[in-house]
Amino acid sequence: MTKENREIVIPSQLLGDIKQKKAGKGTFVENGKIYSEIIGVLSDNSKYINVIPLKGRYDPIEKDFVIGIVEEPLQSSWLVDINAAYPALLHVNEVPWDVDYGETKKFLNHGDSIMAKVLQVNREKKLQITLKDRNLYKIKGGFILNVEPSKVPRIIGRKGSMIALLKKYTSSRIFVGQNGRIWIDGTEEGIRKVINVVRMIENEALSYGLTNKVEELLKKDTKVVH
Amino acid sequence: MKQDIKLFVDGKRLDGRTPDELRKIKMEVGVLHRAEGSSYIEWGGNKILVAVYGPKEAIPRHTQNPLRAIVNAKYNMAAFSVDDRKRPGPDRRSREISKVISEALENVILVEKYPRAAIDVNIEILDAEAGTRVAGLTAAALALADAGIPMKDIPVACAAGKIEGQVVLDLGKEEDNYGDADLPIAISPRTGEILLLQMDGHLTREEFDKALGMAIDGCYKISEMQKKALVEKYQKLTEVE
Amino acid sequence: MTITPTLKRDYLVKLAQEGKRADGRAFDEFRDINIETGVVLKAEGSAKVKIGNTQVLAGIKMDVGEPYPDTPDKGVMTTAAELIPLASPDFESGPPDQEAIELARVVDRGIRESNLIDVEKLCIEPNEKVWIVFIDIHILDYDGNLFDAASLAALAALMTTTVPAERHELGDNYPLPLSDPPVSVTSVKFNGTCVADPFLDEEEIAEARLTVAVDKNGDIRAMQKGLRGSFTREEITNIINVSSINGKKIREKLFKSVGK
Repeated sequence: MTKENREIVIPSQLLGDIKQKKAGKGTFVENGKIYSEIIGVLSDNSKYINVIPLKGRYDPIEKDFVIGIVEEPLQSSWLVDINAAYPALLHVNEVPWDVDYGETKKFLNHGDSIMAKVLQVNREKKLQITLKDRNLYKIKGGFILNVEPSKVPRIIGRKGSMIALLKKYTSSRIFVGQNGRIWIDGTEEGIRKVINVVRMIENEALSYGLTNKVEELLKKDTKVVH
Repeated sequence: MKQDIKLFVDGKRLDGRTPDELRKIKMEVGVLHRAEGSSYIEWGGNKILVAVYGPKEAIPRHTQNPLRAIVNAKYNMAAFSVDDRKRPGPDRRSREISKVISEALENVILVEKYPRAAIDVNIEILDAEAGTRVAGLTAAALALADAGIPMKDIPVACAAGKIEGQVVLDLGKEEDNYGDADLPIAISPRTGEILLLQMDGHLTREEFDKALGMAIDGCYKISEMQKKALVEKYQKLTEVE
Repeated sequence: MTITPTLKRDYLVKLAQEGKRADGRAFDEFRDINIETGVVLKAEGSAKVKIGNTQVLAGIKMDVGEPYPDTPDKGVMTTAAELIPLASPDFESGPPDQEAIELARVVDRGIRESNLIDVEKLCIEPNEKVWIVFIDIHILDYDGNLFDAASLAALAALMTTTVPAERHELGDNYPLPLSDPPVSVTSVKFNGTCVADPFLDEEEIAEARLTVAVDKNGDIRAMQKGLRGSFTREEITNIINVSSINGKKIREKLFKSVGK
């Protein structure tokens, strides 16, 4: 099988012309020409030219599932860190509990972790998240791993295949937030296996044959991998 | 300062370079664990480390700009980086350099994408040998790209000057101390626009044009090295065993 | 400020109760240590130390100056540390804060109290001229345990320092005369467990911290307890033992890296 390298492009690199294609994510237009604005992987399909970022903070998109860490309980809302350029606001109307004015601390406090969903990103980048969904809740136990948000799709795998492998071989519960935070719960050994594999995926996200490599690693006798 | 030090010996500069030759430059991207983006550069005897954090909400709130991100470049020299130990902390020279570098970077970073945010660029001079601000800015550009900060170009900087009546590229230590003029610049290589320009000394109009042209040529050479360093760092990820 | 999720603390505590650490180390085990000397040419001596992902650079500069009036025939030694914003999103620029000052003073004490630098040998002309040794510590990457990384970097830098006599027309350059270096080992306590060489996550949940500097005979040259928690006498004894054992290993590594 021939190996094609996925093309890495860098800021200011000329990618195309707006007469032929539309400027997608990670690009900017100047004088009718499309350029990359970041270091990333070129994705040039029939209509759009996109650049998939390799690095950078999470860029919130409405409906994304994210893992947030509560920064500060305010009077009728909480400020939550979701690894974006800005903190997100969680309003008392967006939680499944009955919270009286000024009673926010009773429910969520500084340092608590939550599974949330991005509700709204407005034009000034003010972010709102919600806990109102049966899959969302305050997290108890387990461990949170931080990864590059850009690597999340790879860690999930096509149709969740990579995550399914991880869950199967480590008997862990795993939840991947789009914002680069992964929650893992299980035995200490299982958690460590997941961390090792995730780190490997992070370092080789763009390689081909990664799913097989991961499966091999998981199948091996994994008595305490440092 | 005119001394009896000769800056040209047998037609060559003290370190053996020709008038339009750059010192040896080495660049590395992504060298720190904690920083979101980082780079390291060795340029002649200069050793400079840069770390980028952000974009993140600017604090204190009164520094926030509702329309765009603010870029805080901080140039700092380590106490041991110079011949006579420097007292730690920013002096007036460091603060001025920080400002002109911030302004150059703000031109190319797509700051409108991050209203109310701040992007911190920390430039540490660990070993100094003339031309620290241009080396610092050149490295900062790499660290910004490494952090995933969107930019419309990768800025690059270089200096030219005049020694013993001759215009030369990339002043070295003695040349900076005993020369007649120093002209550090930074450009946006895609468009050729000048983002940073300072000058001190004495240059006729012709000498200035020559020096500027030389510095710009130097910038383009260094720009190739930056691009190579960036691509090399990330190309590794795509290579399969 | 970066926030540590509470559940991270819970996880580390749970592991500790099972006798484990999050990165698989034993309670008294250090991360990989890497020492590189001669990294800054402008300095009279320099060293870069890595402990795990923590990176610290120390530079030694020497100058001729006046002695302190109460010690007219002794050289001067001064230590400064900078927690530069480069190293962590939580470090702010500005004059050294309490953390930086404590770090500098603890490193200084270890070196001073062990008489590593013979300050009498640094006297040029009593009452008039002595050598001043500036030790400057620059934190480059913060992932826990700055005390040990900083101390080790300062030691390695001093052990490879050349006195710049020629520059001051005081004869030929010569290696800085030193006696035996003290090695510093730091441990932290959280939820009743004491671990050596804390990495960032462990440091963030630490309630108390103890740094012990030990000389080649196992004698104690400096100690510093930090943070708001407390230690029992037994815990202190245990930590001193751990410091002694690790100190020996680190000392060997130090000598090897400076080529002795």
